[in-house]
Amino acid sequence: MSPLTADYLDGNAAAGDLSKIFAVDVTTAQGQCANCGAIKRFAEAHLYMQAPGVVARCAVCDHILLRLVNARQRVFLDVRGLTYLRLDTA
Amino acid sequence: MIWRVGTVVALHDETATARTITFEVPDWPGHVAGQHVDLRVTAPDGYSTVRSYSIASAPNSGGCVELTVERLPNGEVSPYLTQELAVGDRLELRGPIGGWFVWRTEQTEPIQLIAGGSGIVPLMAMVRSRGSAASTVPFRLLYSVREPGAIFYRDELLTLSDHNHSVSITCAYTRATPKNWPRPPSRIDAALIADTTWSSNLVPTCYVCGPTPFVESATDLLIASGHGRDKVRTERFGPTGERK
Repeated sequence: MSPLTADYLDGNAAAGDLSKIFAVDVTTAQGQCANCGAIKRFAEAHLYMQAPGVVARCAVCDHILLRLVNARQRVFLDVRGLTYLRLDTA
Repeated sequence: MIWRVGTVVALHDETATARTITFEVPDWPGHVAGQHVDLRVTAPDGYSTVRSYSIASAPNSGGCVELTVERLPNGEVSPYLTQELAVGDRLELRGPIGGWFVWRTEQTEPIQLIAGGSGIVPLMAMVRSRGSAASTVPFRLLYSVREPGAIFYRDELLTLSDHNHSVSITCAYTRATPKNWPRPPSRIDAALIADTTWSSNLVPTCYVCGPTPFVESATDLLIASGHGRDKVRTERFGPTGERK
């Protein structure tokens, strides 16, 4: 079915890296996949960490939701695969 | 989130390949059962690498954080943590991390825990959190391991299942069983789920932790037996590769 390997983790596993950028916990945020429209917690995304960065894919359609690359003193964050992220600020 | 320095204050071997490390972290902000920490290990030449480990201890462990680390045969960090690290050593920790795969003591619904191998670690934190909060929420734990010698926290789990009837523990063995064990070595299947876990009618929250294929399979079995997808929370782990 999916051409991707089963070597993925959950979005939970990106929490440490994302905490460097966001003031609140992104893994509990709800996000909508820009490809299939599924709305899920970021923690439920499939996370691939074998790449030079971290790639989060939609658990429903495998579309790339987020990419995060650490390069020395810079972090590159690509979130174009998410229509939105709803963060709880309480 | 900042890096804090933790000092190793105790080491305890759980199995031939897994060790519990207790860190004292003076300014530890406290955690919720199920959360993890990132651990940064720096070599004398300055090379550093980060790994994530689930916290095994209950939230109110007085400035101490316990991690249980399984040694991976070709691991870069786990052989060091399980064989070379000594009491008094200092490491950097970042955390606690993650607010999704957690059990909070305010939760009142029945809880189903399903662990594969070292996936027991964050689930043990939930069991310990339940105990230290004197919660009476009914817990069930289904723990799949290769063989009897691979069980983590054996004495504590035995005591719990003997004396605490609201934490019910079932071990399932995949390679070798204790003598006269009724079920031959096999993976978790639909029959075992039906016999030993909460019925979906009770609407429990289910926490599944283990290697990715284990989590996939256990989650599919839970969904097939009627649990809502939104009632099953998962934490997969695997060799994460070099992260920094």
